[in-house]
Amino acid sequence: MFYREAGDFKTSYVDDNQTFPIKFDRWRYYAVLFVAFCVVPFFINDYWANAIFLPFLIYAIAAIGLNILVGYCGQVSLGTGGFMAVGAYATYKLMTSFPDVNLFFHIIIAGGITAIVGVLFGLPSLRIKGFYLAVATLAAQFFLVWLFNRVPWFYNYSASGQINAPERTLFGHAISGPASEPWAVYLFCLVFTVGSAILARNLTRGTQGRKWMAIRDMDIAAEIIGVNPLVSKLTAFAVSSFFVGIAGALFFAVYLGAVEVGEVYGINKSFLVLFMIIIGGLGSIFGSFAGAAFLVLLPVLLKNLLVGTLGWPTDLAAHLELMIVGLLIIVFLIAEPHGLAQLWRVTKEKLRLWPFPH
Amino acid sequence: MLDATQDGYTTADGRKIGGVVMEMKNITLRFGGVVAIKDISFDIREGEIRAIIGPNGAGKSSMLNVISGFYVPQEGEVLYKGKPRPQMKPYQVARQGIARTFQNIALFEGMTVLDNVMTGRLNKMKTNMFQQGLWKGAAEREEVENREVVEKVIDFLEIQNIRKTPVARLPYGLKKRVELARALAAEPSLLLLDEPMAGMNVEEKEDMSRFILDVNDEFGTTIALIEHDMGVVMDLSDRVVVMDYGKKIGDGTPDEVRSNQDVIDAYLGVAHD
Repeated sequence: MFYREAGDFKTSYVDDNQTFPIKFDRWRYYAVLFVAFCVVPFFINDYWANAIFLPFLIYAIAAIGLNILVGYCGQVSLGTGGFMAVGAYATYKLMTSFPDVNLFFHIIIAGGITAIVGVLFGLPSLRIKGFYLAVATLAAQFFLVWLFNRVPWFYNYSASGQINAPERTLFGHAISGPASEPWAVYLFCLVFTVGSAILARNLTRGTQGRKWMAIRDMDIAAEIIGVNPLVSKLTAFAVSSFFVGIAGALFFAVYLGAVEVGEVYGINKSFLVLFMIIIGGLGSIFGSFAGAAFLVLLPVLLKNLLVGTLGWPTDLAAHLELMIVGLLIIVFLIAEPHGLAQLWRVTKEKLRLWPFPH
Repeated sequence: MLDATQDGYTTADGRKIGGVVMEMKNITLRFGGVVAIKDISFDIREGEIRAIIGPNGAGKSSMLNVISGFYVPQEGEVLYKGKPRPQMKPYQVARQGIARTFQNIALFEGMTVLDNVMTGRLNKMKTNMFQQGLWKGAAEREEVENREVVEKVIDFLEIQNIRKTPVARLPYGLKKRVELARALAAEPSLLLLDEPMAGMNVEEKEDMSRFILDVNDEFGTTIALIEHDMGVVMDLSDRVVVMDYGKKIGDGTPDEVRSNQDVIDAYLGVAHD
């Protein structure tokens, strides 16, 4: 009843262009931000940070990145894991080479480096489309993982072949390394996630987003109205890889702390992020969050339910968990092929008229 | 009879037609062994509505594609605003001020009507990606400025009520109108319409004809169109090029073309003896 557009008149195009045109949505957005920044940090502990909040925030960035490429620009990519690895190894090299520079800048620069790598591997997209492009990006995935495994320079010739994040602080609080504080790490990631989301939203709602979507929906028509397909596709690869690189960097530097590239950034990661955006909703920033939440939270929830509540053995629960997640994915996709974002949109449209739909 | 001097002419209804915007000189276009266009010359003048007609397979769409720069003819020359046009990519042609609609609608189905029409303004957008990422400031200002132009076009074509609707949900006739809106949003100096009334009923055709005349009248846009409906073409256009089997068989005002024996033969068939 309070969820209404009626009476909420927009008198300028600036008002009409805002992200949350309905007042209630806007307030809810501010409320979520307030809780995330001012309430959660006081209650967060190691378990909540490591099992739920950090993976959710980091995967959300990766999903936003991939969604720009796949959902907005229509270029299928299976190289997400590889690009995350680029972000992680770039951060590692920067952290060890320039220990005096703050980690915050390292991660941004790592994103930039990933963007350049992304553009390189995006070059084939100018000639090939669809499944064939997916296969080409798969090559990026395998090549990058191989590169970080085989060239010792990338892991500073360490005996184990692993990379370990040294301790770094921000405003006196440890955010990486073994002594990091959960609330500080959480806030650090939150800043990146919120920043990425706002940046992505701004890019996709304006000129650049229209160019990407034009290429996605009909590339020939896009070209005839004046979109340069080469530049548009490559910017999509660059921006997408930038976010994915930041996600990979955070995943290594503040979340895991130690990384073996084949295990952490393998093809599984590429598929996981791809599933997130498919389940969440292609071409939607909110969908990226929803998909990341779904695939991060569902296993945790199931585990708590099966092991904690029902008292099943852990190994049985682990197997069942996989099956149930798989089943739920199928159910969701049949029920709503356009993902959670579409489900949300339909709900909102119904809410607008509730309780008098006629 | 037209007084087709370099300075233009005056139409029957008293509109002043200016100089040559686009001139096709001895265009020949081949696809392998098939000759789609054979040695055709004509011009399009500023402010006029120029129709290209002909039976199926006459090469009309190929001609439009040559004008829009999508096809490059093997022989002949295309002069745009008096200068020979070098070979260029379709997106570069768009930047020169040539906009077009398609025979089979080529809208971006996943986007709203408003976004589709806004894509027509892409070439006017000057902000870079970093400014757009920040949004506040230059990008927002530019968005609003262009939105104002787009809203004028939306008002003009009477599609205000569907501006936030995804294009995929619209009926055919409206899609055609949205496509015209997108082309108009670019404020083109030459507008190409490929069968704007194909598949429409009489009422929709009347609407579309009115819009085309209004566009020409209010914005002074030069229009080149291909159309099958003879009645529509004869009513709308100032001058008509008639093509048959890739050759030009007639060129002139609708009245002249109508009384041209070759044209009558092409359309009604001719007794061979």
